[in-house]
Amino acid sequence: MTAGQILFNVVFYFFALLTILSASVVAFSRNILHSAFALLFTFWGVAGLYIFSDAQFLAAAQVLIYVGGILVLILFAIMLTHRNPREDSGQESNQSSSVILASGITVLVYIALLAVYLPVNWSGKAASYGTMTTEMLGTALTRNYLIPFEAVSMLLLAALLGAAYLARRK
Amino acid sequence: MDLVFGKMLDNLIIIGAILFCLGIYTVITRRNAVGILMGVELMLNSANLNFVAFSKFRWGMPDGQVFVIFVIILAAAEAAVALAIILSIFHNFGDIDVDTKDLLKE
Repeated sequence: MTAGQILFNVVFYFFALLTILSASVVAFSRNILHSAFALLFTFWGVAGLYIFSDAQFLAAAQVLIYVGGILVLILFAIMLTHRNPREDSGQESNQSSSVILASGITVLVYIALLAVYLPVNWSGKAASYGTMTTEMLGTALTRNYLIPFEAVSMLLLAALLGAAYLARRK
Repeated sequence: MDLVFGKMLDNLIIIGAILFCLGIYTVITRRNAVGILMGVELMLNSANLNFVAFSKFRWGMPDGQVFVIFVIILAAAEAAVALAIILSIFHNFGDIDVDTKDLLKE
């Protein structure tokens, strides 16, 4: 194994571990602010994994929109809706029965996903595209996906107006 | 480039599955509405990861990436509207514990 391959492995599993560990903090932390900050690292980790799939534009968009937009919105919501955000809210489910139920459902879903994944031979590789995916993405968006593109811009406008209307002071 | 543990696609599928399950766990256990929203974001990210991985390593066309763009746009719109609703609930009830918001059942 060459030095380049070792570096490739190290960087890939760094991003994989970053994603999974920080997502675990999001799921298991008792403090909602800790969860929100862990979500930041999850988004960065997923952006890194996009790079490994030759989706550079998506990695940049992920950082800009999720980290720069959605996460800031979530932090604002936490700040605005908590008496004392730094305090352990204590309002997460305490009942061990609910945690056991949630763990059971989660494990069942994971087993179901593995049952779908394991029997299929995914390794046969289709003809793959190169690394210049941003250009292909732009072409696809303005040709095959032009109508959804325009529809989604209308949806964004509607969501903007709706959010401003819902959040106004009565 | 080869990875130590199997093919790149398998690694990404497993990571996506783990992310999805953590998202489900977050959605079920949280009683804070913002926490539930964070779980939904985790699940959307896992779906995006699968779209990108299959687009690159199975389908060989960037269509999966186009889907991911639309998912990101919808997630942004969803987050904005959901947080507006959460703020509205907070103004009306004084907290955002979803277990006690059962006004429609009465």
